[in-house]
Amino acid sequence: MKLDSMYQEIILDHYRNPHGKGLRDGDAEVHHVNPTCGDEITLRVRLDGPVVADVSYESQGCSISQASASVLNDLLVGKSVGDAQQVQEAFLELMQSKGQGEGDEEVLEDAVAFAGVSKYPARVKCALLSWMAWKDATAQALAQRPE
Amino acid sequence: MTLPGLLDTDAIRKDFPILQRLLHDGQPLVYLDNAATSQKPQQVLDALTSYYERHNANVHRGVHVLAEEATALYEGARDKVAAFVNAPSRDEVVFTKNASESLNLVANMLGWADEPYRVDRDAEIVITEMEHHSNIVPWQLLAQRTGATLKWFGLTDDGRLDLSDIERVITEKTKVVSFVLVSNILGTVNPVEAIVRRAQDVGAIVVVDASQAAPHMVLDVQALGADFVAFTGHKMLGPTGIGVLWGRHELLEDLPPFLGGGEMIETVSMSSSTYAPAPHKFEAGTPPIAQAVGLGAAVDYLNGIGMDAIAAHEHAITAYAVERLLEVPDLRIIGPGTAQDRGAAISFTLGDIHPHDVGQVLDEQGIAVRVGHHCARPVCLRYGIPATTRASFYLYSTPAEVDALVEGLHHVRRFFGAG
Repeated sequence: MKLDSMYQEIILDHYRNPHGKGLRDGDAEVHHVNPTCGDEITLRVRLDGPVVADVSYESQGCSISQASASVLNDLLVGKSVGDAQQVQEAFLELMQSKGQGEGDEEVLEDAVAFAGVSKYPARVKCALLSWMAWKDATAQALAQRPE
Repeated sequence: MTLPGLLDTDAIRKDFPILQRLLHDGQPLVYLDNAATSQKPQQVLDALTSYYERHNANVHRGVHVLAEEATALYEGARDKVAAFVNAPSRDEVVFTKNASESLNLVANMLGWADEPYRVDRDAEIVITEMEHHSNIVPWQLLAQRTGATLKWFGLTDDGRLDLSDIERVITEKTKVVSFVLVSNILGTVNPVEAIVRRAQDVGAIVVVDASQAAPHMVLDVQALGADFVAFTGHKMLGPTGIGVLWGRHELLEDLPPFLGGGEMIETVSMSSSTYAPAPHKFEAGTPPIAQAVGLGAAVDYLNGIGMDAIAAHEHAITAYAVERLLEVPDLRIIGPGTAQDRGAAISFTLGDIHPHDVGQVLDEQGIAVRVGHHCARPVCLRYGIPATTRASFYLYSTPAEVDALVEGLHHVRRFFGAG
């Protein structure tokens, strides 16, 4: 069934048991919404030198948006900001692939499960919500750093 | 399954080519998103095609055959719409592009008006918490630009307007009261008479958003007692791009135009202009001609079936749908829990399964519903929910489609491990 390509078991697992959910200390906080469906996320990024020390979030929304935030937390925490940005760009590229991309499992790990979502234009924004929030919060955290 | 009051949907559905479509792996389309937009019968499609194939020209100018035919068709559509809403005069029907434009037009007329209509910093504007964003934002803009105060009626727990403090909400300072006749998210049919009586007592202008009423019930602007009534064509079998503002004649004569341009003038010099009489004063530029003609054909189609019969059909379907939906475990209807004073849009939540996920799994079964906040986010805030799933019915909806929805929702629950 086609639907199973979107709702991979791994996505449903993250949805039911989200990783890293809840707000903790951060260097920057952003609030992003998806105005078409009302999905919302408040996300904080804490940097420790060159490393993404923590990504914490409170969110409400569909399974895709919730699972995506959970996967983001798994993938990005502990990476250098540069590596994390590369993962973010790879995920963005996968989501913009209109069902054509498979994603590099070396880079994206669990996030390749979202490849099926890219076939559904209305749901791509759900998958990207937390990733765009992370990008925004990280840019803010970097900008307020003393030189 | 047959219910008393149902239309002959087998015959009606033959008029709607899109309802024959098969989706995905041969699933018949179950179209339950009629509050967003209706499907179009062949008669409307033919009217559009015929207009462009045989009569296309600009209106109200030119002396050639096509210009005269196009003008007669466009103005003929105005006659049809005027009769459809029992307007005292055809000149009270202004064509716009949709209900949002109609409501923005009224808000702007009142912002630019002279006394006694002018909305200024001492004025109060009254709306309700169940409005579509199109009947909230224009009034917020007007309040911000004039310094007027925006007030609203709240909602009861069962999805009705809370009019218990009507005399404190609508006061001597109230210049305009604008409210929805049938809610697009809750399905509630609002008590017009009580609101209109209070508004008239204080001399306020009454605006009714009839977008979800005009397609589904007899709409009689004289019986309503309002000063302005807004609705849109595409929800009542017509094309997109055509809306209507009905307004009382003396108000349309007294109030200033909003958009300026061709069509709406009498004479123009470089320093000033005089304006055409209503309705043309409010129809600047080339209007949506083919769309008006299509709306006229839609009105003919609706009249052919009868608005009373359509209302009875939808009432029967809605009562059946409410009853069947409540069989689904964890399903909570957001809005009136019975078919009493209720339109054919039913919003609900399904446990903690997000509406987006509900809609996606239903779509896989060929069932089209709307998910989200339905351009009425304050309603979601009021009931403490992020969004709803909404099924909405029309004259071609059948009990079998209700059954398909209910079976689909059981499948949604199984899919997400809820049952």
